[in-house]
Amino acid sequence: MKLPILTTLTAALMCSAAWADEIWVTNEKDDTISVIDIETLEVVRTIDTGERPRGITFSKDFSVVYICASDSDAVQVMDPDTGEILHDLPSGEDPEQFVLHPDNRHLYIANEDDAITTVVDTETRTVVAQIDVGIEPEGMAVSPDGKIAITTSETTSMAHWIDTETQELFANTLVDSRPRHAEFVKDGTELWVSSEIGGTITVFDVATQTEKAKIDFEVANIHPDRVQPVGFEFTTGYTHAFVALGPSNHVAVVNAETYEVEEYILVGRRVWHMDFNRDRTQLFTTNGVSGDVTVIDVASRKPIKSIKVGRFPWGAAFRPTD
Amino acid sequence: MLRLLRLVRVMFCALVLGSASGAGAEVAVNIHYLKQIVPAPPTLSNLDPIPEDLGLRGAELGLEDNITTGRFLGQSYSLTVTEVAEDQDFAEVTRAALAETGLLVLDAPLAQVLAAADLPEAAEALLFNAGAADMALRSAQCRARVLHTLPSYAMKADALMQFFVTRRWDEIALIAGDRPEDQAWANTLETSARKFGLDFGARKTWAFDADMRRNASQEVPLFTQDLGDYDVLLVADAADDFARYISFNTWRPRPVAGSEGLRPVTWHRVVEAWGAAQLQSRFEELANRPMQDRDYAAWAAVRAIGEAVTRTGAADAETLRDYMLSDAFELAGFKGRPLTFRSWNGQLRQPIPLVHERALVAQAPLEGFLHQRTELDTLGLDQPESDCTAFEN
Repeated sequence: MKLPILTTLTAALMCSAAWADEIWVTNEKDDTISVIDIETLEVVRTIDTGERPRGITFSKDFSVVYICASDSDAVQVMDPDTGEILHDLPSGEDPEQFVLHPDNRHLYIANEDDAITTVVDTETRTVVAQIDVGIEPEGMAVSPDGKIAITTSETTSMAHWIDTETQELFANTLVDSRPRHAEFVKDGTELWVSSEIGGTITVFDVATQTEKAKIDFEVANIHPDRVQPVGFEFTTGYTHAFVALGPSNHVAVVNAETYEVEEYILVGRRVWHMDFNRDRTQLFTTNGVSGDVTVIDVASRKPIKSIKVGRFPWGAAFRPTD
Repeated sequence: MLRLLRLVRVMFCALVLGSASGAGAEVAVNIHYLKQIVPAPPTLSNLDPIPEDLGLRGAELGLEDNITTGRFLGQSYSLTVTEVAEDQDFAEVTRAALAETGLLVLDAPLAQVLAAADLPEAAEALLFNAGAADMALRSAQCRARVLHTLPSYAMKADALMQFFVTRRWDEIALIAGDRPEDQAWANTLETSARKFGLDFGARKTWAFDADMRRNASQEVPLFTQDLGDYDVLLVADAADDFARYISFNTWRPRPVAGSEGLRPVTWHRVVEAWGAAQLQSRFEELANRPMQDRDYAAWAAVRAIGEAVTRTGAADAETLRDYMLSDAFELAGFKGRPLTFRSWNGQLRQPIPLVHERALVAQAPLEGFLHQRTELDTLGLDQPESDCTAFEN
């Protein structure tokens, strides 16, 4: 059984013509990206970035990858084949997290130190708007129809609702302490917001911006204070959410219809963010403190492997390579 | 100097962006920060002067944070600042402040805190102690209207002892200054060491008046020679007078902790995790210096008010106090866990960073120290240990 290893070597050598899909992981304290080959579950490439890379997302056609280089005060645009930085986008100070609008053109960026959301046109490379939000903006989401953008602010404990036509706020809704991540789900009818210190996920009805449900977590033998929901992602058809629970070192599996937690999966230490493979049968979580990525088999809900990456892995993004 | 130094800075923000939902309606919150000027005793070194705006800058940052949140909810905040001169009557100044608002943040020693809290005008107010670490204020001399955002000496001592237990540094020696505060801190350390089952050995009082910058290398080895053997040397020096000259000069090569070396703190610039880097950079931008213990305590007091106003939509002391002491309250304090108030003595529960000048060493409560309520209650006066009864009813 030497063939797969040879294949990996070949793929690594050929580099630009990679054969397997990949997970890209930003390493906050190494200023690098670790590229994981999904077939071999090994790191096949390490790419240098600007300082303190956190948020990472690919363009809709996967031709470029955007990276929040927080301490470089820039969003970097990289050619994923060569790892070369093509150019920087004006991002405002300390960009932490961002989301790409469905138009594949506008980036909505959270400027953590400035209490601002910056909207950047990636084609003209100009700032289109800056919107005052609460303190320490972080979680970013855009509705599937592109009409609403969300910024959550950690210290203000709010979800700010932005009208993408006018680039102005039209609602501000309180959630529990330190909201970290937001996602539109079920065709944009629901908005989910995780609260790290509050220990909950708030589910909003998007039409009315009112709270529809609140999800609590309870991990056996771990004090509720340490159960801190951060990043989350949904399985195909939005039936279940996988929720990173920070320093409890677990990922929760939440039934997205009943809002009940069905299972807790042990992963690495201080789990942050995650992404799936192509058919969503495998989930890759970044574990900040242990410096690794846990691979979870979605069907059995079991961790199947830990992959050592750089120091303080933060963001994760899937890249198809065909 | 029979002059009352009164600085009034009012920040006001009535700007409302977007529509406000949640606990809305127009609410105006005035907070008064009162600082008793206390002359620092002379110390051997002036390398680290105490910032004149210590504490105050924390309150100002808390105000900014509250204003940013409040503007989305139609809630406005203002801060009045009064510095009370050394020979001024703190209680009288407090009385005047209470005529304007029921929300006070006190940065003052124990006697002044008690004098303020015992005013009839304070009976329905809400006072925050952001400057006195004395255990008495959390025990027999507690007051129902006073909440404490500064950790007690006991919390800090317990944090250190948990670290020693974890590292199996079982044998402790101690040297303390001869000022009353030094002895109080030393007593707290000794009590805590015995509570955690550590072997508390020799204890000496540092009563020299030599200039230790010149001859620490000669004096300290001799002074520490008869301490016997021990794993770690505690230094209790509340005024930061001689402690800096102990490290590396002890007779036996041993680590130093307490007021020097490994120190338990409320806050320090080396604290970076749990989003703390953001709080640090916002503070630095405001104050042009790192955030310290009392800055954090004042910030936490103002933020606790802000959090309670955000969630209740109220601005009166009674409603805010009830909310803060309820299970619903939690403050995101950049220490990795929600911070809450102890219902039996009004102390803000919080992790204690153990630091040296260059890095965070550990953060208590340490793993393995368990408690039926919350691990944070392994630090400081737990309910059975506190003689406070003012919160019962």
